[in-house]
Amino acid sequence: MITVLFFASLKEQLGCDRIDLLCANINTINDIKQSLIVDKPQWSKWLLKPSLLCAKNCAVVNGDCPVTSGDEVAFFPPVTGG
Amino acid sequence: MHYIAVQEKDFNVGYEYQQLIKDNSSDGAVVFFVGRMREFNQGQNVSALTLEHYPGMTEKALNDIIIEARQRFNISRSRVIHRVGDLSLQDQIVFVGISSPHRDEAFAAAQFIMDYLKTRAPFWKKETTSAGNSIWLDATESDATAAQKWAQSND
Repeated sequence: MITVLFFASLKEQLGCDRIDLLCANINTINDIKQSLIVDKPQWSKWLLKPSLLCAKNCAVVNGDCPVTSGDEVAFFPPVTGG
Repeated sequence: MHYIAVQEKDFNVGYEYQQLIKDNSSDGAVVFFVGRMREFNQGQNVSALTLEHYPGMTEKALNDIIIEARQRFNISRSRVIHRVGDLSLQDQIVFVGISSPHRDEAFAAAQFIMDYLKTRAPFWKKETTSAGNSIWLDATESDATAAQKWAQSND
């Protein structure tokens, strides 16, 4: 199982803050996106935005980063704190 | 000596200053920055602000920034406080305080920490305009440029 979290505007756009994904056929961050889009095609507009950021276990990573069961993966827009 | 907090409650600048100078006879320079909520931002009149963050990653990102700041600059103490939740006009949002033997290092470290915080720490601002609309702020090019400046100077 991989925990997938969504934050800020993305969370509101998807209407969802968390999904637990089974790991079958999921090897990378991009696989997670594709799996989510297969299940919810209307999410592709948001999940495929070039500006979208991703973190694995609280560190920012790229789409080709490998993932395994037990990982926490988060998708979010560029940060605006400070 | 290096303190990080992510909290809903306000902070007291006087108290934070005391923590930077208490029993500290080796540092000749203290620099601090306070970020506050203003009423006009990105072309809109703003009446309220909500700050969301990613618990766990936020603290790690801030800690990583402080570690890098300590590698780059001669700083003895640092205090970084960032508020989350619902804020009102004129509220304090963020505090960065640095104590160092010399002012150049203190100024540079404070600026470095703020520039990196604004581009690397997972906080997001949602503003409510005076017309009643809620808008997630977009990241600005100027913040990205400010952070990139430090990457170049490290080459």
